[in-house]
Amino acid sequence: MIDERKLIASLQHGLPLVSRPYAAIARQIDSSEEEVINYIQLMKNQGDIKRFGVVVRHRKLGYKSNAMVVWDIAEDKVDELGHCFGQFDFVTLSYRRPRHLPDWPYNLFCMIHGQDRADVLTNLQLMIESCDVKGINHEVLFSTRCFKQRGAVYIQSEQKKSARV
Amino acid sequence: MTVEPVSHHDARKNTELTQQLLNNFQHDIPLSPTPYADMAERLGVDEQIVLKLLKDLQDQGILSRVGAVFRPNRVGVSTLAAMAVPEYRLQQVADIISAYSAVNHNYEREHHFNLWFVVTAENPQQLDDTLADMESRTDIRILSLPMEKDYHIDLGFPLQLVQGGNHDR
Repeated sequence: MIDERKLIASLQHGLPLVSRPYAAIARQIDSSEEEVINYIQLMKNQGDIKRFGVVVRHRKLGYKSNAMVVWDIAEDKVDELGHCFGQFDFVTLSYRRPRHLPDWPYNLFCMIHGQDRADVLTNLQLMIESCDVKGINHEVLFSTRCFKQRGAVYIQSEQKKSARV
Repeated sequence: MTVEPVSHHDARKNTELTQQLLNNFQHDIPLSPTPYADMAERLGVDEQIVLKLLKDLQDQGILSRVGAVFRPNRVGVSTLAAMAVPEYRLQQVADIISAYSAVNHNYEREHHFNLWFVVTAENPQQLDDTLADMESRTDIRILSLPMEKDYHIDLGFPLQLVQGGNHDR
């Protein structure tokens, strides 16, 4: 039996850049190449892995601008608009999140990428027209500095965990 | 192995190859024993070229990783956290937050809430503990905005590489 926790812990750092990467992972987690491949396939089929591929840092590729656009949407409209926003290829995330009144009135978040500010705003305008959200309260939060960006690490290695205690 | 000087022709071929590599394999790295060899075959080059290119892209910071994007909350829990940090403390607070291994993205954004970061944990208790620890170490309150519903997550998007001004497409 493959240890799912160990496999995920190993996968979250990325596939090793060697000829037989699945075999390399298998060695790390006392499994076999075949088991590793089958289990990744299973997680893909179940939708637990949304995609399995190259993950790039958009900023470094000339997509230097990104804005988180946050919206205050009526409860009965959130699902519809969340899907509408999500269909554009320049939108990488579309999530519902809780409001925190009075500080934070927004419940729908989407991330828009572009080559520069103007590009992002043009994309936003396209969304506003296509999804018919003119007049809906929203704010555009451009990112100005990236302090840290890497893949999520949900499971800390045992070593690191003990080091923090 | 010999190292040849890079001509303009090679540089252009390299850009094309990079673009194909980054565009064609955002969703499905082959699940065969030799995925890079399979990718190389589809691109019409050697496995060693694909591996070298991926390593170079990783060194340049363009490639974050070759790997999985997990469904949110499938493994562990996470939240989007925001802080309203006085401008003069921003770098200091950002450094404290970035130092947590539980933090992956950490950005300054133009807003009263000017520091935005994602915090992950194995379980809700651990997440709460981390957030509380951050608040006490920075003395700034955290707005925690966990995802409630996912309509669309990063599925990759078409990339255009631009190199200099003399690329022909």
